[in-house]
Amino acid sequence: MVAANIIKHLKGALIASIWLAFLTLPIMVIRVDTVEKTVTWRWMHLAYMAVGSFVLAFIWNIFLERRDRGQAKKALETVERVSALSQFLSDPRFARPLMAFGFLVAAAFPWFFSMYQTNILVSALIYVVLGLGLNITVGLAGLLDLGYVAFYAVGAYTYALLNYHFHLGFWAVLPMGAVMGAFFGILLGFPVLRLRGDYLAIVTLGFGQIIRLVLENWSAFSFGPSGISNIDRPGLFGITYSVEQATTYMYYIMLALVVLTIFVTARLKDSRIGRAWLALREDEIACQAMGIDNTRAKLMAFALGATLASLMGVVFAAKTTFINPASFTFMESAMILAIVVLGGMGSVLGVILGAFMLMLLPEYLRAFSEYRMLIFGATMVLIMVFRPQGLVRAKRKVYKINTEAAG
Amino acid sequence: MEYFLQLFFGGLSRGSVYALIALGYTMVYGIIELINFAHGEIYMIGAFMGLIVAGVLTALGWPALSILAIALVVSVLYSAAYGYTVEKIAYKPLRNAPRLAPLISAIGMSILLQNYIMLAQTPDFLPFPRLIPELEFMDRFSNYLGTSDMFIIVTSLVVMIALTFFIKFTRMGKAMRATAQNRKMAMLVGVNVDQVISATFVIGSSLAAVGGVLIGAHVGQINFAIGFLAGIKAFTAAVLGGIGSIPGAVLGGLVLGWAESFATGYVSSDYEDVFAFLLLVVILIFRPAGLLGKQRAQKV
Repeated sequence: MVAANIIKHLKGALIASIWLAFLTLPIMVIRVDTVEKTVTWRWMHLAYMAVGSFVLAFIWNIFLERRDRGQAKKALETVERVSALSQFLSDPRFARPLMAFGFLVAAAFPWFFSMYQTNILVSALIYVVLGLGLNITVGLAGLLDLGYVAFYAVGAYTYALLNYHFHLGFWAVLPMGAVMGAFFGILLGFPVLRLRGDYLAIVTLGFGQIIRLVLENWSAFSFGPSGISNIDRPGLFGITYSVEQATTYMYYIMLALVVLTIFVTARLKDSRIGRAWLALREDEIACQAMGIDNTRAKLMAFALGATLASLMGVVFAAKTTFINPASFTFMESAMILAIVVLGGMGSVLGVILGAFMLMLLPEYLRAFSEYRMLIFGATMVLIMVFRPQGLVRAKRKVYKINTEAAG
Repeated sequence: MEYFLQLFFGGLSRGSVYALIALGYTMVYGIIELINFAHGEIYMIGAFMGLIVAGVLTALGWPALSILAIALVVSVLYSAAYGYTVEKIAYKPLRNAPRLAPLISAIGMSILLQNYIMLAQTPDFLPFPRLIPELEFMDRFSNYLGTSDMFIIVTSLVVMIALTFFIKFTRMGKAMRATAQNRKMAMLVGVNVDQVISATFVIGSSLAAVGGVLIGAHVGQINFAIGFLAGIKAFTAAVLGGIGSIPGAVLGGLVLGWAESFATGYVSSDYEDVFAFLLLVVILIFRPAGLLGKQRAQKV
């Protein structure tokens, strides 16, 4: 039985590797120079490709079969099984100390690790907040926003321009950035309220592109592709500090903002508006029938998501001290969306995990230098195939009604 | 007048290529409701296959027109195979997954394919051989219509007519329409849905490959990143026309091509892409389902 199965998989892998070798043959093997009119043949690449894809296809087949078997088994169960881990995490007796421990580790991090590591972590934390912000729009309210990075750009340029022209400091601009973000969120939200699903997605994508292209081309306003440099770092009661201290300071600012965001989003999720968003996500018409103001709920979701992105834009500009439109491409939006979906839509813990994974993976894959984006893309596909619901499944709050007291 | 005609035909040829790519988006979307972000990459692979075939054959000293024909055929076959394989790896295992999961795996696939071409070929721009010869009888029109523009327009037209016939009159075309209308019902009346989905990817990828080779020969250089912007523009065109609608994709592509061409010609060339997206936003605000999309009443 098992042997027959293995032979079946080996056969499948053999076919897959022959197919893939044939498929990649011209691109892997032939290298043409159309100016010199010469052709280079690199047959060794074909051999690597065939062997590599044989092994990968074999593993792929086995895991896919296991996944399907698992899904079939789950479909038969009527009660949703809660894994031991998630049970452990949701128990306040264990979760609270765990959270406190996590916070302590995070607080102590810059004292034990190098500035380089801290810097990477600051970027990851920025993406945690961006992910949580987009999670409000996509994960909770179900409005697919593919131009989220536009709001990030709004915040970054708000700080950079105000700093350049009026020498305003980080702390003065931070609330202004939030207001600008909310303003742009509502500005985009109004016209797209009528659109559904993927039409909404493409309009937000278009909006994101428009903002980037305007920043790139309107040189008189935004200094064009060369960007704005020498943006001030955040002030600390007028104390001057070194670059290394600046990183640590930035890290603590970010840590505070992350904690604040986690707190706010976790509270929002179970609030009146949070439940309205969930209802909106599940069924717009039913939601309206229950007396929820759809327009208001949608605008709130857009505005809140945009506010968080814009805040992060201000932090980003202060952290890198240089910004240009190249930081705000569609790829960035896609990455933030990937954080939300890979981590598990609607789940705060999932988004945090997703952000760390997607931001730290390319950093630590630098050892593979040129292959890192290849591996990165493959990982995205793999995670989606084997865990389509994301790393952490979002849990709905269950309200327990005490029947004894009522009766 | 001549300037107007020049912009008109420039927009027409540009729009035809958008339409060719947009057809792939719209067909896939019509059947499995997925924005296939890797579709732009298939177009790019099509262009690369054309370049490789052309490079090998020019080194052997073949005449230009026969090279173009062979490059088109080989590139179509290979891109179709790529489209088929991408579907099998990244989308088929996700048939029953939450809606956004295939979207993310499509983005992952797009990154993967871009980097694969970059590593296997080169990160630099590669010059594309001039495959489209200057035809003599075209001299009269040369002020506003180049030979390569005409080639693109005619080839796209032929391909689109062929596609229309395929969808209207063949068995597979009928199965595709049925699946697009209602997948479950199609399955119940005996349509092999897996086969239909594969066929959709194969056809969409072939169309994109035609666009890729034509654009390569027209512009004269390609690199691994050309698929991204072309993909986004073509998707915009598909939505503009009403996603899921085949005539809509063609119309959307042409409207987008003309809008870009006239806007750059008469207003300013810096904001070429801004016009494309502004047009999209404006049209969708007034017609939320696109130009030819059906305005369906929401059922409860």
